Amino acid sequence: MTGEPPPTPAAAPVPAPAVRTRKAGGHLTPEVLDQARQLIALYPEPRSALIPLCHLAQGQDGWLCPDAIVEIADLVGLTPAEVRGTASFYDMLHTEPVGTYVVSVCTNIACLLRGAEELLEHAGASLGIGVGGTTTDGTITLEEAECLADCDRAPCVQVNHRYVGAQTPESFDRLVADLRAGARDGEVPRHGTLIRVRRSGGLRVGRDRIAAERAAMAEAKARRAAEAEKGDH
Amino acid sequence: MADPTASTTRVTAAGSPGATAAAGGDDGAAATDGGAASSPPEDVVTFTLDGRTVTAPKGEMLIAAAERAGTFIPRFCYHPRMASVGVCRMCLVEVSGPRGATLQPSCFVEVAEGAEVTTDSPKVKKAQDGVLEFLLVNHPLDCPVCDKGGECPLQDQTLAYGPGESRFVEEKRHFEKPIPISELVLLDRERCIQCSRCTRFAAEVAGEAQIDFAGRGELLEVATFPDHPFTSYFSGNTVQICPVGALTAAPYRFSARPWDLDQVESTCTTCAVGCRVAVQSSANRVTRLLGIDADPVNHGWLCDKGRFAYETVNGDQRLTEPLVRKDGRLVAVSWHEALAAAAAGLKAAAARAGDARRARSVGVLGGARLTNEAAYLWTRLAKGVLGTDSVDAQMADGLPGDLVAGLPRATIDEMVAADTVVVISGDLREELPVLFLRLLGAARAGKVSVIELAPQRSAITPSAAVSLRYRPGDVAAVARALVDDGAPVPDGIDPTALGRARELAGAPRVVVVLGRPTIAEHEGLVADAALTLTAALPGVRFLPALRRGNVHGAIDMGMAPGLLPGRVGLEEGRAWFAEAWGSVPSERGLDARAMLAALAGDDPGKPEALVVLGADPLSDFPDRAMAERALDAAGFLVAVASTPGPVVDRADVVLPAAAAHERAGTTTNVEGRVSRVAQKLVPPGQAWADWMIAVELAAHIGTELAPESVAAAWDEIERVAPAHRGLTHAMLDARGAEDGVVVPLGPGPARRPAPALLDPIAFPGIESVERQGAPPRAGLAEPPAPAPAPATGATPGTGAETEPEGTARPPILALPAGVDAPHVAPTDAYTHRLTVGRRLYDLGDAVSSSPSLARLVEATALRVSPHDLDDLGVGPGDRIRLRTATTSIDVEVDVDPMLPRKVVAADWNVPLGEVTAGVLVDGRHPVVEVRLESIP
Repeated sequence: MTGEPPPTPAAAPVPAPAVRTRKAGGHLTPEVLDQARQLIALYPEPRSALIPLCHLAQGQDGWLCPDAIVEIADLVGLTPAEVRGTASFYDMLHTEPVGTYVVSVCTNIACLLRGAEELLEHAGASLGIGVGGTTTDGTITLEEAECLADCDRAPCVQVNHRYVGAQTPESFDRLVADLRAGARDGEVPRHGTLIRVRRSGGLRVGRDRIAAERAAMAEAKARRAAEAEKGDH
Repeated sequence: MADPTASTTRVTAAGSPGATAAAGGDDGAAATDGGAASSPPEDVVTFTLDGRTVTAPKGEMLIAAAERAGTFIPRFCYHPRMASVGVCRMCLVEVSGPRGATLQPSCFVEVAEGAEVTTDSPKVKKAQDGVLEFLLVNHPLDCPVCDKGGECPLQDQTLAYGPGESRFVEEKRHFEKPIPISELVLLDRERCIQCSRCTRFAAEVAGEAQIDFAGRGELLEVATFPDHPFTSYFSGNTVQICPVGALTAAPYRFSARPWDLDQVESTCTTCAVGCRVAVQSSANRVTRLLGIDADPVNHGWLCDKGRFAYETVNGDQRLTEPLVRKDGRLVAVSWHEALAAAAAGLKAAAARAGDARRARSVGVLGGARLTNEAAYLWTRLAKGVLGTDSVDAQMADGLPGDLVAGLPRATIDEMVAADTVVVISGDLREELPVLFLRLLGAARAGKVSVIELAPQRSAITPSAAVSLRYRPGDVAAVARALVDDGAPVPDGIDPTALGRARELAGAPRVVVVLGRPTIAEHEGLVADAALTLTAALPGVRFLPALRRGNVHGAIDMGMAPGLLPGRVGLEEGRAWFAEAWGSVPSERGLDARAMLAALAGDDPGKPEALVVLGADPLSDFPDRAMAERALDAAGFLVAVASTPGPVVDRADVVLPAAAAHERAGTTTNVEGRVSRVAQKLVPPGQAWADWMIAVELAAHIGTELAPESVAAAWDEIERVAPAHRGLTHAMLDARGAEDGVVVPLGPGPARRPAPALLDPIAFPGIESVERQGAPPRAGLAEPPAPAPAPATGATPGTGAETEPEGTARPPILALPAGVDAPHVAPTDAYTHRLTVGRRLYDLGDAVSSSPSLARLVEATALRVSPHDLDDLGVGPGDRIRLRTATTSIDVEVDVDPMLPRKVVAADWNVPLGEVTAGVLVDGRHPVVEVRLESIP
């Protein structure tokens, strides 16, 4: 087809000349993105930061949503399929939406002996959901967990990865009421993030220090190699 | 059903170059040497295998060493063309160690000096039983309705090594099925045995991990990311290497049982890489194509276009009868009548042109889809009988024929073994996909450094050491700046990147992949760049990245102005071919651009008639408007074609030709490798093979071309074409020449390829079907001895007295001293230059008439750099007006941060708004200048 173009309807005025890209991005908040970049800077290979980044994104949204996966993939140089593949391996990363509070009840041997099954049954009944389910108000997701390494306080329960001590059916109901009322906000963050990730995301060690350490390591490696070479001859 | 144990003997008999190459994990560069390389003793390990003493190269995996020694170890996840992972545990063998003999995966353990390996002990047998019993816990026994049934490694190895009975009585898993993970590939999850061949292929070989495992344990499954389908051009390979029926190809699913298929080995001619394929058919229809592991070429891989474009051949849109235009309408006639009409028309055209213009009387366009034999005979018909030199197999979208014929040629193996590869070409993944795979593998392994010269990004960009983005028109200047520190650096080239590129280009082994970085840039500029590089870089070699099927064979057979068969110039070969043919054109003719321009402009020097050989200038010639005017103005138009199209619509005589898989012969790939294409089908209706059409048309014109068979045609080529000297038909037919032979032949038999093996577990489907007939490569221990050079007839001496026989064979063409590189005028600040790249799935014939591929063609947008987009005040997705000197269109824009400023990019022969980029290119100018305007 050649010649004059067909008349086109007048396009809406373009408000700003800023370039909108179709690239992945825009889902993580600037603050989280900044933490993510600092985390990536800690490693020689960007992809090494994959799991900490998943925790960061989960801290922002409560779960790893597809938009976050696409953005993480772009940040670490992997495909979204690979990021989801890795994330879906781990129980602590949620690739489906969960409630504000993920309540994990351990049913491993020590807890089992101290009434974990009964506790889990009670929890399901009182929340009106099965294991893996989320309450209709979107507050609480109930999980059955393997050993959470808090056997001395069996039956052990975690909320968003924070221990909340030994629980009985009665204390469990109080815990749920507290959570719903926001009374535990200081102790249990909404959308739990691992503290370590937050902390290393804050990057308390300066970049120059990291660079110096890396240089020292490389030097030591070269020295060892040179010595080994000398030893050979 | 194939018995994998039986393959053991085959493996022993043939030796295993493929396995050796894989053990090194490299691209098998050494394999061109052919025979067993004698490694120095310190690199050889001696160990005991089932009581025998066996040697193997250091670093080789046990499974490969055992296979080479004749002991087949069952396996699923191991694949000789990919890195080992050791996940399926099927290849467990007993290996002695400090703690006594322990079971170890032989695909993950290197051979060790003095190790004692047992592959058939009760302990090993028990392990194999156990692994297979576990694999079958959840694998459904739906073999009767599974595509893989009959050629399935799980089925075959269960029979050969399994326990025979399962202790599991529980219900097996059920999933929703099938899940389409792309338009071409379907997934049945319950059949998956989690060997990770497909996910490793996607990540490791194709470099696009669009599929990966998701979940864990028994819930592990292959998955794509939602809304990110498995769109890789190489997705079909995962179907082929899947050791069960978990991945199936949509076009093949449920269409056949493997034992009902008949097979020949052939060469794919969809593009010019020349991948070796097994063509399988049933009831005169191609059912599927499978990649054969040809060590020097494709390593078993195919692109999806090559794999699925056979649907074109099966299509019902085929020309089956000769047609002649009578009273303005095309009417079906007999072959005799059609050939007589064509002969009369061509003779009349020659008469109209007269002796003075005889060398330009008839234009012959196209020929890149012919076999070598057909290309030779059409050249002989045009140049020897009609006396015209206006023959061009390319559509001004390639490179000058005499440049291609004269370039020092590299092989693909030499490319991946080079220090530096300079890519001056369009996106190789779009144009020559399997060549891209080979280059990508070498680049990602850090074996070669890639310098990319192109106006726009390509799939190799992320793996390139340096990418020099230039404005269309600057390619020759950038090449000069690359090799000459004193040369001016064109605008927009980053000096740091250029400095790094200069360092890399100074390496001892440099190979240039030379194609067209953009179709909207005159080919003379690229030719100029090539000559600059040859002059400055001693020892540089080239892989001409021309794309179309057998375009290299057509050029080698003289289908370009100024060329004669065997890479000989018209003047140099005049005496020799005058003797062989009776006459040759008196002067150089026109190329495609000049022919179409002369016809379109009604120039007095225009061709009086046009023969179009299976080509479509309307979509292939860069300037669509000019091609259209030229075809309309052709005085007499003969179309030799397999399918209808715009050329057939305008033709005076239509001669129906056989398509791929319907004719036998040879084809030539980018390296100059001549390999056989086989006939599997009978052509539909009255369609003839192209070579027969040439011979019969010549007879109607009044000249008998001697060959009465394809073999005789090749014999004639061997006799008269200097570059093909010594490559006899017997040699091409011999066992061991399946992967083709590179011309011109080098000194001695070392240039000949070693036979490759068919591994029934690595590439299931090929071997187990073939076993019903004679296996194509069974029992081949050594390449055939070189045939003695045939004596040639007495010929007049015109030089070249150094030939051993003292004949007058003309020399193979040297590089032209210079080329006509057009002058590119500088552009003003308001003008952009257009760059046009190709897409694998386009509106061309092969894709449009293959239903599975046709729906993969994407609508495209004009790509603009972020700066230019800002200047215009529009964003991605908005529409702008694009003006050229001749036309103006409104198109959607997209942002491309990798584009240089003042360059806009479009794709060739795919929808661009309501048009294609063909309307934008003006064939009269060396570059295409456009202006962008916001739509008021």
